[in-house]
Amino acid sequence: MAPPTIGARLTPAVSIFALLSLLVVALPSAQEVQIINAERRIDLTSHIIRVFLTLKVESIGTAAVSEILLAFPPTEADHLALIKVQAAVGKRKKRAYVPLEVNPTEVPDAPNGTKYFTISLLNPLKSGEAATLEVLYILTHSLEPFPAEISQSESQSVYYRDSALLLSPYHVKQQMTFIKTPSTKVESFTTVEPTNRASTELKYGPYEDRTPYSYSPIIVHFQNNNPFAVVEELVREVEISHWGSLHITEHYSLLHAGARHKGIFSRVEYQSRPSFSGVSSIKRLLARLPPRVHSVYYRDEIGNISSSHLRTDVQKSELEIEPRYPLFGGWKATFVIGYGLPLQDFLFESPDGRRYLNFSFGCPFVETVVDKLTIKVVLPEGSKDPSAVVPFPVEQRLEKKYSYLDVVGRTVLVLEKKNVVPEHNTPFQVYYTFNPIFMLAEPIMLASAFFLIFMACVAYLNIDISIRK
Amino acid sequence: MAADLKPAWKSSDLMPFKYLKRKVKLKSKQQELLIRVSILFLVYVLAFIARLFSVLRYESMIHEFDPYFNYRTTLFLTQKGFYEFWNWFDSESWYPLGRIIGGTLYPGLMVTAALIYWTLRFFRFAVHIREVCVLTAPFFASNTTLVAYFFGKEIWDSGAGLVAAALIAICPGYISRSVAGSYDNEGVAIFALLLTFYLFVKAVNTGSLAWALASAFSYFYMVSAWGGYVFIINLIPLYVLVLLITGRYSLRLYVAYNCMYILGMLLAMQIRFVGFQHVQSGEHMAAMGVFFLMQVFYFLDWVKHQLNDPKLFQAFLRIAVTCTVGVGAVALGVGTASGYISPWTGRFYSLLDPTYAKDHIPIIASVSEHQPTAWSSFMFDFHILLLLFPAGLYFCFKRLSDATIFIVMYGLTSMYFAGVMVRLILVATPAVCLISAIAVSATIKNLTLLLRTKNKVSQSGSTKATSGAKASSKASLVQSQPFQGNVVIALLVGAFYLLSRYATHCTWVTSEAYSSPSIVLAARGAHGNRVIFDDYREAYFWLRQNTPSDAKVMSWWDYGYQITAMGNRTVIVDNNTWNNTHIATVGRAMSSYEDEAFEIMRSLDVDYVLVVFGGVTGYSSDDINK
Repeated sequence: MAPPTIGARLTPAVSIFALLSLLVVALPSAQEVQIINAERRIDLTSHIIRVFLTLKVESIGTAAVSEILLAFPPTEADHLALIKVQAAVGKRKKRAYVPLEVNPTEVPDAPNGTKYFTISLLNPLKSGEAATLEVLYILTHSLEPFPAEISQSESQSVYYRDSALLLSPYHVKQQMTFIKTPSTKVESFTTVEPTNRASTELKYGPYEDRTPYSYSPIIVHFQNNNPFAVVEELVREVEISHWGSLHITEHYSLLHAGARHKGIFSRVEYQSRPSFSGVSSIKRLLARLPPRVHSVYYRDEIGNISSSHLRTDVQKSELEIEPRYPLFGGWKATFVIGYGLPLQDFLFESPDGRRYLNFSFGCPFVETVVDKLTIKVVLPEGSKDPSAVVPFPVEQRLEKKYSYLDVVGRTVLVLEKKNVVPEHNTPFQVYYTFNPIFMLAEPIMLASAFFLIFMACVAYLNIDISIRK
Repeated sequence: MAADLKPAWKSSDLMPFKYLKRKVKLKSKQQELLIRVSILFLVYVLAFIARLFSVLRYESMIHEFDPYFNYRTTLFLTQKGFYEFWNWFDSESWYPLGRIIGGTLYPGLMVTAALIYWTLRFFRFAVHIREVCVLTAPFFASNTTLVAYFFGKEIWDSGAGLVAAALIAICPGYISRSVAGSYDNEGVAIFALLLTFYLFVKAVNTGSLAWALASAFSYFYMVSAWGGYVFIINLIPLYVLVLLITGRYSLRLYVAYNCMYILGMLLAMQIRFVGFQHVQSGEHMAAMGVFFLMQVFYFLDWVKHQLNDPKLFQAFLRIAVTCTVGVGAVALGVGTASGYISPWTGRFYSLLDPTYAKDHIPIIASVSEHQPTAWSSFMFDFHILLLLFPAGLYFCFKRLSDATIFIVMYGLTSMYFAGVMVRLILVATPAVCLISAIAVSATIKNLTLLLRTKNKVSQSGSTKATSGAKASSKASLVQSQPFQGNVVIALLVGAFYLLSRYATHCTWVTSEAYSSPSIVLAARGAHGNRVIFDDYREAYFWLRQNTPSDAKVMSWWDYGYQITAMGNRTVIVDNNTWNNTHIATVGRAMSSYEDEAFEIMRSLDVDYVLVVFGGVTGYSSDDINK
């Protein structure tokens, strides 16, 4: 029960948290499970933090355990974008991973506002049984730039705050934490013995026999020149046309969320010394689009942006765009990307006769965080009963949209999700019923309009409406 | 057209046999109609697509400087509605003075674009307002070709109308102001100008109140669209005056002018920017004078009719004329002296006297499009029309009528103004096209007539002509005929060659000179690839995204409209150069030493300064060059 070693650079809030955590009495459920071994690998190479946690849990109570709790400090829980758990099944060679269900839960008298997630195990653990769980969770907006303002020629350094010990409601017998930094340039880090540093990796631990809710704050201050591309709001509009194509329009408002830019911006220096100047700025972004993409455009409110490249092959398409100006810390840019896709790649007919769209959720740009993502699926005019199947919780609602030659309007299914990371780029489905006769509505309308015009011309030329005879 | 076809159908019901005969007879007329309609349709389409070079080569965007202001106001109009637009006080320009937009602009263009936009929206065409704005000018250019056709038909014949439509469709002088993206007043104004003239001439020719009314409404549209309406309100009285002097006064003219003037004036007063100028400004007094003169003429005519005594009438005429002139002079003198009638503006003076602007209003003289025209640009913008113009004038004088007198006067006055100011080539273009069309049409018609009569002659005596040409030395008439035929063919070929040269020249000029948006610059790279310099929009977009929304940006006035439209930020001065002092202050800040300039900028509350420097890319028209 050694008190956590407090680092030299601790902020007061964190230290209070640490002290309070000593007073915590273990929760009742905690008695039934203990963690034999915990290994955390924290990947800090970009601004999206990925934590791989391997837990070996053992049931020590009398009753069978079917749920395991994961605990997060409130600050981390706010920035948690995604959490995935897999259970390792089988031995060594035949090891397979089975995804498990994870749900946020409220636990009464959680110390210091700790947030919990419940992992539902496939088979309840009987007393004395152990299971290995692989947890992946992703944090966004968790790197604080320090210094908060940098000039064009400086590199960007950030703070990462965490605990050397795993926050857990269970007793942890043995644990280790590895932190991977993008480069060897680490300004400082909190030492909690034993701590080692080898090139780009920091190693905390092993620590043995820690009580529940042990906490030992650490700070790592390191250089991270990856552009902090954050899309504050992304609206993706997927328009289905049964005439054979799918049109996607994506409205971005992009922000560089890294250290704010200070002083002037010199274009000459920026272009002549690209390796020193503006290293953390967003020069270009790469979007991975589906194969067979066509009619791609990239523009903003004031017109087309000519600096983009499209590479296509059979497997995928890559669109590389440059914003109008390089984005430095705190700068913003809004733009629109649009493209068309062949319909047969994405629209299918389900066995019950309904149609469904199978499309990828999330932002096509690599290594970007989307604060608020809205997907609007514009169904063709006359389609009914839309329903969406999304592998994670999203907000849904229906809208109406009027496009070319619409009379009754198109049904729009709107899906909204906050804090989206590239790992959310998984397919989702939208089911709806559609009668193909509606496809003919617009051509018939046009044809009859022209027919009426010609009829009117003929009538005009042949009817004598003059008063004089 | 309707009348042409009518008999055939009517008779078909009654007498089928006769109908067949008639049908054959009408065939050529129907063919002619079909050809005419299809030529007009092709010209209509051609006029539109010839102006799309810039869209294909760059993108669908607004060009230059002023169009950005028009675009911004149109956007405002479509978003906030007409009342908001009409009462709009814009605090984003001329900081800290602001600008009353509704009262200081010609709303015709914006309302037109907004109407097109709303119509398309009503029919569920989900277009963006920018596309509407970009394509407004080409659309109206197409409509202008139709008006030119009818105008040509009115003053000469339908052949001249067709040629006029074809000429004006691709004339560079007009294309320069109406390519896609050049969303400026002139785009719709030339249409309105020509329509007003056409309807007025039609009214004079027919004496119909309906045509005069239509002309008044067209004039109202022109007033709402462009300040160039002053040309109409001076040219039409001048024309009427000439008709009066040449003794061509008629009741038709009386009806046409009075209706058009009174209604046009009342309608024009509804435009806030114009207001009471029609009765208060010196530039509009000519029209009023002619109006009163018409009444005097009518009165005298009546008196003459009543008196029926030439001697008495002579005496009465003398008294009446003296009184009228005296009263008119006194009224004008009192009006001017009391300040009720404002004197002529500087721009008007500079038109009458080309050297005026240089001495008195340097800011007008400094704009490149206000410079006197060089010969080369006449040649550039008119090409062969410049040579056909005098020929057309000759034909017009040969067949004088009310209509041809009008087109001659329009041509001569506008040519003079085009010589004074480069940008007024635009006003001269329709007249030049019409007169040249008369020349082309009349020449070709005469030549083909000669060819046809010759063919008829040779058909009747073909054996004589071929075999006996060498051997028998007959009368010189017969001898000269084959020679004449060759000349005719040579002349026809020459005419077609000239016209085809004109077409290629127009295409070349359009694609090379008039289709660049001037916001985006394109150049050829070392490997023949296209390099695009998009620095303007980069800067404006940065301002839009990364400065506080109430930031004030100082720049030379050229960029004012673009900063407010694309950057969405407040500017100190812009292209609406209504306050010379303000411009001078900014100019001083721009050209003083830094510490001095800083003080001026502080006093103007400036947050950002936009300076264009072209030294790196070799862009010559930057701020250092000003």
